[in-house]
Amino acid sequence: MSTTITKAGNRPLSAYLYKRAKLRLFSLLALPMFWIVGVYILSLFLLLVTAFWFVDPFTSKVIVGFTLDNFVSIFTVPAYISTSIRTLLIALAVTGLSVLFAVPLGIYMAKIAKPWVRNALAVAITLPLWAGYLVKIIAMRLVFTEEGFFNWALAPFGLSGPTFSIPIVILTLTYLWFPYMALPVFTAIRQIPPNLFDASSDMGAKGFTTIYRVVMPLIVPAIIAGSVFTFSLSLGDYLAAKFTGGSTQMIGSIIAANINLNPPVAAAFSMVPIAFVVIYLMVARRTGSLERM
Amino acid sequence: MKGKKLSILSLLAVSAMILSSCSSSDDASGVKIEVPDIPMHEEMGDFEGELNIVNWAGFVDPKWTDKFEADTGCKVKPRVAGTSDEMVTLMRTGQYDIVSASGDAALRLIVGGDVQPLNVDLIPNFGDEIATGMRNNIYDTVNGKPYGVPIGRGANLLQYNDDVTKGAPASWDVVWETNSPYKGKITAYDAPIYIADAAVYLMYHKPELGIKNPYALDKTQLDAAIALLKQQNTIVGEYWSDAVAQITSFVGGNTVVGTSWEILRKFAAKPNIKTTLPKEGSTGWYDSWLVSSKTKNVNCAYAWMDYTSTASVNGAIAVNFGMAPANIAYCSSSPTAQAHCDEFAAEDEEFFKKIWPWTTPIETCVDGRKDVKCTSFQEWTNAWLTVKG
Repeated sequence: MSTTITKAGNRPLSAYLYKRAKLRLFSLLALPMFWIVGVYILSLFLLLVTAFWFVDPFTSKVIVGFTLDNFVSIFTVPAYISTSIRTLLIALAVTGLSVLFAVPLGIYMAKIAKPWVRNALAVAITLPLWAGYLVKIIAMRLVFTEEGFFNWALAPFGLSGPTFSIPIVILTLTYLWFPYMALPVFTAIRQIPPNLFDASSDMGAKGFTTIYRVVMPLIVPAIIAGSVFTFSLSLGDYLAAKFTGGSTQMIGSIIAANINLNPPVAAAFSMVPIAFVVIYLMVARRTGSLERM
Repeated sequence: MKGKKLSILSLLAVSAMILSSCSSSDDASGVKIEVPDIPMHEEMGDFEGELNIVNWAGFVDPKWTDKFEADTGCKVKPRVAGTSDEMVTLMRTGQYDIVSASGDAALRLIVGGDVQPLNVDLIPNFGDEIATGMRNNIYDTVNGKPYGVPIGRGANLLQYNDDVTKGAPASWDVVWETNSPYKGKITAYDAPIYIADAAVYLMYHKPELGIKNPYALDKTQLDAAIALLKQQNTIVGEYWSDAVAQITSFVGGNTVVGTSWEILRKFAAKPNIKTTLPKEGSTGWYDSWLVSSKTKNVNCAYAWMDYTSTASVNGAIAVNFGMAPANIAYCSSSPTAQAHCDEFAAEDEEFFKKIWPWTTPIETCVDGRKDVKCTSFQEWTNAWLTVKG
């Protein structure tokens, strides 16, 4: 009895907050809300406001004002339109390629591999995440140079590997973001009860039918979760295009080129990937898979 | 009351300055450019104790800042910028006192009122020993007023892989024409100022366009240059802005010909990677110190410009960065210095006569034409982004 009294006496803060529900809620949310609103949203908002400003043609200084020209240029300059479409297609290709690699790998790891193989593969997938992002891009650059690994390996067969171009950008981005797809897919497949596979085969389904009819529907939420990463991260990237794309221009390249030269256009262009991701999430929501994430 | 009197006085002073600036005559080039009137530093005072520098990598180094700090008590705080555009952005924050600007940034800063005219009497080392080709250039001397103290210069040369080309290409056509034998293995510089390189090529091959200065392009001339760049885009393998990427591209064999700097050829360190100046001539970067119009450390800035203009310090910067020093007195100071000067053509004015120093394009035609409006850097920037498509 006496111990509980001393305990309560030792925790004046808890006692104080216990009586004040609103203050309790405030103290719980103050820090994350400050982060989300004060740092995250505010900085984004300030960036986006710049999109309505313009640049003095004489001194190329940014003038605070209101114009929609920057947005109009996104839809009227042919180079901008083609860059947006190219970037969208690259991001979709990266996502598709990641799914193509992640599903068979996930099935093998979760259902077939011995525990030590599974662990080794899990480490192999996550290991590249430990290396710097730029290091990995430069590594891809070195591998695909004219005198790099691929040409060296293909030379005995009289072949030469691809030079820096859009396919290499897709490969590089897939290399960068693959773990974000592989891990959720692997986890989702692991959670499928083994007896579902037995049931499927009892009903006469062969391997591919089981994957298509049983596994895929169950892991769609994981694929959507992974694709949000692979898709949105690819949309915003420009270093992969810069180092492995040859003359490939992506949305990020335009933003990077304009960030000092014409900040309002850069800000307006940063809306494009945002719009793409919002549309993507809305489509994903319609499939109902966001609720099950 | 006191404040009001003061403001009237300063108003008088300002209007007097505006009047005097209006009466100033055109300079030798005959080009009059409208610039905000900013007073220059009249006489040296006490050192403020610090100096914030925006510089290219290699321009500020303890090897020579230690002595400067000990002599003046001005603590040097460098900030390295990667591109001219970044330099302009940084200088416009007003947080920096001095910048090592290339000509394509310098004129933008001058016209924008971000830097102040210089009182060369306070910079005794800025004298006759400065290479003649680096004096009185339009990018840092406007309406007869000097704004910059030269540091060094370098040309944008044609670099080639001799194993493939078997000799130096005589013309830039190998990087511009669609029938180039090195199609797909060409590198081009990734910045709007590269439009001037297209203009230099057109000056030689399409005289009917009437380009007299690659930085003074009217609308038709700019369109012609952009058309040439779009043609180049179909045969280009890579665009470079990152020096390391350019070097690995040449060394790795992905690039056979393309624009480069002497120092990058040195870093590539392969005997088959060479540079040449083709018959059309080329562009180049000429760097100078410019002092912010908002500086609080003007005495330290002047002391820095004077110190870095001495032959030994200017030479040390040039060697460290890999360029021709502005102060050619350095060249005769030692055999190694002479070797450096020879390698970078520091004293070879005939060589640099074929080089057009990077200059910010502005609406006033810097070639002296008055009947037509030239395209500004903003138009170049917008046009450049359409090149890569």
